[in-house]
Amino acid sequence: MTEVTLKRSSPASRIGSAAVTGMFVLVALYPFYGNDRTQVTLVEVLGYFSLAMMWNLLAGFAGLVSVGQQGFVGIAAYSLFALAELNPVDPFLSIPLAALITAAFSVPIALVVFRLRGGYFAIGTWVVAEVFRLLTLEIEALGAGNVQSLTAKNAFDGYGVELRKDLVFWMAWVLAVGSVVITVAVLRSRLGLALQAVRDNADGARGLGVNLSRVRLTIWVTAAAWVGATGALFHLNSATVTNRDAFSVASWTALVVFIVIIGGVGSAHGPFIGVGVYWIITEQLGKQSTLRFVVLGAVAALMAVIAPKGIAGMLRRWRQFEIFPIERRLVLKEEKE
Amino acid sequence: MNWLNALVQGVLLGGLYAIFATGLSLAFGVMRFVNLAHGDFAILAGYLTLSTASALGLSHPLATLLVVPLMAGIGFAGQRLLFNRTIGPDPLAGILCSFGLGVVIQNLLLEKYSATDRFLDAGSIETDSFKLNDSIAIGYFPLLTFVSAVVLLGALQLFLSRTKMGRAFRATADDPKTAQLVGIDDKKIYGIAMAIAFGTVGIAGFFLGARETFAPSSGPSQLLFGFEAVVIGGLGSLWGTLIGGVVLGVAQTFGNQLSVGWNLLAGHIVFLLVLAFRPNGLLGTGVRT
Repeated sequence: MTEVTLKRSSPASRIGSAAVTGMFVLVALYPFYGNDRTQVTLVEVLGYFSLAMMWNLLAGFAGLVSVGQQGFVGIAAYSLFALAELNPVDPFLSIPLAALITAAFSVPIALVVFRLRGGYFAIGTWVVAEVFRLLTLEIEALGAGNVQSLTAKNAFDGYGVELRKDLVFWMAWVLAVGSVVITVAVLRSRLGLALQAVRDNADGARGLGVNLSRVRLTIWVTAAAWVGATGALFHLNSATVTNRDAFSVASWTALVVFIVIIGGVGSAHGPFIGVGVYWIITEQLGKQSTLRFVVLGAVAALMAVIAPKGIAGMLRRWRQFEIFPIERRLVLKEEKE
Repeated sequence: MNWLNALVQGVLLGGLYAIFATGLSLAFGVMRFVNLAHGDFAILAGYLTLSTASALGLSHPLATLLVVPLMAGIGFAGQRLLFNRTIGPDPLAGILCSFGLGVVIQNLLLEKYSATDRFLDAGSIETDSFKLNDSIAIGYFPLLTFVSAVVLLGALQLFLSRTKMGRAFRATADDPKTAQLVGIDDKKIYGIAMAIAFGTVGIAGFFLGARETFAPSSGPSQLLFGFEAVVIGGLGSLWGTLIGGVVLGVAQTFGNQLSVGWNLLAGHIVFLLVLAFRPNGLLGTGVRT
């Protein structure tokens, strides 16, 4: 008799998960032993990692290639401003609330943009982000496009500068770890199985009863919430909301897309590699430089063509492995009576 | 009467969007490729016109006559060297490659030309107009833009329906594998299609640059307008593209009548409404991928 068992983990995924856990523990304790400058950089790296994981889930697994992530960030940034500055809501509590608001907006957005496919879906998400940007310009209460600040008097009442800095750091940490947990949980679930089936063969998967649009909607709303939370945190950190920056396609979509392409679209650990490359290039070229966008954009454009699975894909050609326990391998065991 | 004027100006503005949309529509129709850098290439063409004109001492319209074939060459080379490798059932590589290229173009233009607004000089035709009545004046330049859009779309339609190569285009669009069997080199067809698309991008860059100022970051909004014209008109219909451009142009000028901040917003909202209630567009045949 042949017994079939399902193996989720492998030696590689056990070592990988242990290493990632250890690394995140070290990062969590950073404020106790590290320096201020790197702590500020780490907030950005953790935030971009979270955004990259979510975009990877959308584009790499759900086939939803959005270039309108700046729409979610912008909605969340203005929600944060409305809650924490205009109303007496705690700024850190405002972040999950902003995430919920973003998720709520993402549902009607999906109803429209899900009618488009592929490249046209991508541009459609861009149009929607632009609509929200233009709408906020028309709303007087949100500053009608003028620079708005989260002030010490209103938003940060009761929070000192030091406390704020460390809370922002740990919140970024939670968002980064959460993005890994969401990705692994989704890919291990029935939903993830359905997604990977759809990715490999959409017609075949539909034939087996996979409800594509419901799967996609679930991922879309989850990613919207998480991108919203991350975007709100970036704005809480900078304490300003500018229309152009909150809805910036360069900051919230282009950089994120480049990180994921370079690391590896559709690989759960691709964004780890990509964010590392991003960090190195940013340190070398500086945050404000146009050269940074030229280098990252050119590398990403070329890689999309010649190495569409990114660095993770190249590593996988060398040796088949997953860092996270998301594989499904059937193991046949011969048993003698 | 102001509304009537807005209608007339909107229709003429639609001509510009239709020119932008033509290249997008063609590339999508023939090879299901959506070039996210479409608008950035048009802005690049605008800057190339400026540089060509000052290097050779030409007027901007004359320089455009050189830039259009140059753009066609860039399109042909880009398709053969880069984009052809992304053609396949999964559109991801093409989307990401062109998106990355767009960002690269914007930042290189910023390095070379700075963020200052520039414009192209088409001569006195730019501001001259004739009066229909007391409140409606038609500018020669917007009229020329609209007529150019009609001629361009008409020529493309004739090319696709009447010539041998046009037939090869349609065959490849329908089924590249079978087209190969009858001796059509699909990769070459894709290269020529992209050359034509980029030629129209060069023309669009001229009409945009002579109509309003542009900067290195102006590309994406032109991509959005062109794309909206395609979707409003209906995928797979060239004349639909013209109608889509006109609807978008009129929506913008009507929005502008309501309130100055609403011109772009009204255009986008009309696009979203069409998408929600007539997803195949006004004249669409329902081509989807």
